[in-house]
Amino acid sequence: MLSYLIFTLTLCGIYALLALSLNLIWGGVGLVNLGLAGFFAVGAYASAIATGAGAPVVIGWGAALVVGAVVGLIVTFATLRLRDDYLAIVTLGFAEVIRLVALNERWLTNGSDGLPGIKAPLKAELGLQGFSLFYLGLVTLIVLLVWFLLRRLDLSAYGRAMKAIREDQQLAAFAGKPVLRFKLQAFAVSAAIAALSGALYAHFQSYISPDHFQPLITIYIFLAVTAGGVGRPSGAVFGAYLVVIFLEATRFATEWVPGLQPVQIAALREMMIGVALILVLHLRPQGIMPERIPKAPAPSAP
Amino acid sequence: MTASLRITGLKLDFYGVHVLRGVDLEVPEGSFTGLIGPNGAGKSTLFNAISGLYRPKGGTVHLGAGETTGLPPEKLVAAGLVRSFQLARGFPKLSVFQHLMLYGAGQPGESLLAGVFGSRAASRREAELAERAHAIARRLKLDHVLDNPVTALSGGQKKLVEIGRALMADPKVLLLDEPMAGVNPTLADEIAAHLTGLNADGLTICLIEHDMALIKRLCHPVIVLAEGQTLTRGSFEEVAADPRVQEAYLGRRH
Repeated sequence: MLSYLIFTLTLCGIYALLALSLNLIWGGVGLVNLGLAGFFAVGAYASAIATGAGAPVVIGWGAALVVGAVVGLIVTFATLRLRDDYLAIVTLGFAEVIRLVALNERWLTNGSDGLPGIKAPLKAELGLQGFSLFYLGLVTLIVLLVWFLLRRLDLSAYGRAMKAIREDQQLAAFAGKPVLRFKLQAFAVSAAIAALSGALYAHFQSYISPDHFQPLITIYIFLAVTAGGVGRPSGAVFGAYLVVIFLEATRFATEWVPGLQPVQIAALREMMIGVALILVLHLRPQGIMPERIPKAPAPSAP
Repeated sequence: MTASLRITGLKLDFYGVHVLRGVDLEVPEGSFTGLIGPNGAGKSTLFNAISGLYRPKGGTVHLGAGETTGLPPEKLVAAGLVRSFQLARGFPKLSVFQHLMLYGAGQPGESLLAGVFGSRAASRREAELAERAHAIARRLKLDHVLDNPVTALSGGQKKLVEIGRALMADPKVLLLDEPMAGVNPTLADEIAAHLTGLNADGLTICLIEHDMALIKRLCHPVIVLAEGQTLTRGSFEEVAADPRVQEAYLGRRH
């Protein structure tokens, strides 16, 4: 039971990083990125391949950050002229392309067999239980750090300009903001965070395959950010923990329903998740921790 | 008098329809220039073509000593050309104070690194801009609504926010597209008084307005635009007496 709890909380942290990534790009500059699972996969494979070739884990994570940012820049440049629904559809396509590349480029990714035996840092020294605890602590620490930095960004002049671009990018240009620069930077940083999350996931699972990167992950993260509150880093983290814990809780809830086949139980869990989303949107459309408008500081002399 | 804004031979067409057919005009430095003309004369299009929304097809625009033809809006704002829109626009989820701060010129805090890690230059500039925002809000009587989202303001207050945030950008020339339209007469007078005051403090303003009484009271010189060309310019009395202007407004006599 304890190891199950540790497992769930680690997964919470990995999802929280994805939620922070989505919140930066969606709650920040207002770009709907349905390709989150793609960036997640890019980071996971980048780190798995780098460490598989002999690099230390830290270098693997660094590689994930860099590759994620570069892929993020490529996607932004490719979609410069797209907005709203069109951007969303192309990014969804991007995630599928990444999955198909992972499935078919066997020389690099070992195809559908996936990459086994990904290095687990300090596992030999700490033992199984010790490693799980250590990894949970590490992931939680990284979530806290990323949350802290993104929160600072959110409250800075940079965050203010991002939100203006989200609300009306043309008017933001007339306020003197270089819209393109903000979008490129936000997308690159967001993609790098998603990729880091993927790298953490890969070394946690020690095995990845294209099946791990289904578009459903992206949907869960959208659910997390929507429930937590779009445009507020704390909300994104809170929403991610809530969604993962809820997803796990449905596992137990379905045990109480008698006479169901396993397939029906799986369907029932999906239905409960759907109902939960509808409830949140009905009762608190702005999210549980909605975006705040910062108060003006008091003038020094009246 | 030197020209703050000088436009020569500016042309723009949409799908073969010539909206601007070689506009020549000068906004003298420190003036409160009025831009009038019948509906469809191309006044707003002219604003759009010099503020970076559209790229002109010909002609030049100079702001002060430098040429600014065809620059994107953010470069023009940095050069000192700031505009308002005919329909008051704002960022729905930002407060009045954030609107003012957003327009602040020269913000080191808008670099990614300063945003994430903070910087001394960024916090110093932020404090300066906050003081300035408070001063402008007091001047425009917006100081009691600073924390409200702009969506919660009245139409007249929204117009005041447009003027206030434009001031934050330290403009050399302010282009105002009907800032008094759709506002009750008392507030329109108040806005007019604010603009006169700002102009007296040295701000160059170019104003599009349909209310001739206001134009007469506020503006000198007055430039008349008709069918995408400059028809004439001069004091309000000179322009109003010009038979070509009356013709442009009332139609040709047959």
